[in-house]
Amino acid sequence: MQTARVAKVANESSKVKTIELDTRLVCEPGQFLMVWVPGVGERPMSIANNDPLTISVANVGKVSSELHRLKPGSLLSFRGPLGKGFRVQDGWKCILLVGGGYGVAPLYFLAKMATSNNIETLAVVGARTAKDIVYEDKLYLVTAETFVTTDDGSKGAKGNVMVDVGRLLIDKKRKPAAVFACGPERMMLAVARLCLKHEIPCQLSLERYMKCGLGVCGSCDLGGKSVCRDGPVFDALDALAIKEFGEWKRDASGARNRI
Amino acid sequence: MTFIMVEMEIQMVIMPLDISRKLFGKRMKNPLILASGVLGVAKAGLESVAENGAGAVTTKSLSLEPRRGHESPVIIETECGLLNAVGYSNPGIEGVISEFTGWKRDEPLIVSIVGKDEKEFAQLAARLEQNKKTLNCTAIELALSCPHTPGYGVMAGQADPKAAEKITRAVRSETRLPIIAKLSPSVPGEVEAAKLAERAGASAINMGNSLGPGMRIDINRGRPVLGFRMGGMSGPAIRPIAVRCVYDIYDAVNIPVIGTGGVNTGQDAIEMMMAGASFAGVGSAVYFRGPGAFRKIEGEMRAWMKERGYKRLDDLVGVAHE
Repeated sequence: MQTARVAKVANESSKVKTIELDTRLVCEPGQFLMVWVPGVGERPMSIANNDPLTISVANVGKVSSELHRLKPGSLLSFRGPLGKGFRVQDGWKCILLVGGGYGVAPLYFLAKMATSNNIETLAVVGARTAKDIVYEDKLYLVTAETFVTTDDGSKGAKGNVMVDVGRLLIDKKRKPAAVFACGPERMMLAVARLCLKHEIPCQLSLERYMKCGLGVCGSCDLGGKSVCRDGPVFDALDALAIKEFGEWKRDASGARNRI
Repeated sequence: MTFIMVEMEIQMVIMPLDISRKLFGKRMKNPLILASGVLGVAKAGLESVAENGAGAVTTKSLSLEPRRGHESPVIIETECGLLNAVGYSNPGIEGVISEFTGWKRDEPLIVSIVGKDEKEFAQLAARLEQNKKTLNCTAIELALSCPHTPGYGVMAGQADPKAAEKITRAVRSETRLPIIAKLSPSVPGEVEAAKLAERAGASAINMGNSLGPGMRIDINRGRPVLGFRMGGMSGPAIRPIAVRCVYDIYDAVNIPVIGTGGVNTGQDAIEMMMAGASFAGVGSAVYFRGPGAFRKIEGEMRAWMKERGYKRLDDLVGVAHE
């Protein structure tokens, strides 16, 4: 367990805060932390930046609501980096990032790294409505182009991310060499299928109920793999071969629920 | 004399090294059993452990009703071991039956159950007895020995000799499946508990569970790290205790003993067998050595036995007693 001090807290949207720590961490985009609030609990959080170490937290439960109360100077404890991150191959000239909802945060870290390695980076980010869009301003700074979609059309194109993704995958001038997606599983399923159709490599950051983060307890099983240790980033072809992908998840007890 | 020497040499060459085992009549490719609580939530998870070299696998312990388990952190690393307090999270008996129905692999499936009292254990056993064909399970394991869940295991005195006997007897009356009584290194009386469990109808003793409870405090935050504050210690640090318990129980019972506690290498498994175990339980090694732990342990056992001319596991079991 490591402990650092909070350097900065910023509101991303009505529900999401970004917490910057006074430390950095050697890690890859797509890896995650188990963030611990003593006496309350521990939850997996994706890494939104390595230097300074940054997480973005949606206020969705008792641990995240405690994290939303942190102020500059507060202590924050975590284990990590954990899991396997996104893999970018040498020679890829252009990549496409697809983020839905809060899934955008780890993609920002990936965009930053890719752009600094001279890979042209495009991003499509989607949300239900304008006020749920996060990281848009930050992505503009580290991508060649960022497209926004909202379900209600309150910002960017109306509809879901697939409208823009479909268009970009067949773009003759800058066809992406690979696609990286993070967001709701149904969205990732659609992205994975479209990439398969166009024969474009695709990686997905998947989510299951995680407890130990060490590949031991089995809570985050996904078709015989531990999301915490074998993932959270999976090759889309591997994910598509798992029948529960896009279909159902387990809760804290291990019971199955439809997605 | 020369003739005998030649015959022995021929035997050395011809007889292959055999580390297969039989668990209640079912063949195991090696004596290594995945301990309950590790990767045992999903059927796919257990299939992958079996694929990765386990000789048999055990489900996570199941209770009558669904349980969410303790708050996270549920498992943390410590020197030479893990400290865990998962708290028997499971979707309940009906959820588990639907999860594991249709186990198709050759590796035996052991279903671990946990109850508040002998009545609950018996109810669970009865449900499993009804579903044993569709589940294709080889045995029921009685989790009598978890050290960190109120109302269950050690915290409810279930690993004590009299309780172990009572629970085993209640389960025996509901099922014809082989019963494995899983005892605790944390409380005194494990030898007596093993004897009484055997008398009550246990088919094997699993000597070993996590030891404790123990605690780790994060000094930067001044708080216990585990969500439940305390938890059971597993991994190499507890192996000498598990080995000693197995050693004592081997002398006291006539049923097979599974030695569980800190088996991380092939040499560790051999040590467990020399103490008297016919099988070795493996849990934390999955963390320390990755999903390939079973294959690595099996490889090390084979290499060690080959180098010393051992052909069969039975030549090792209990040799420390001679």
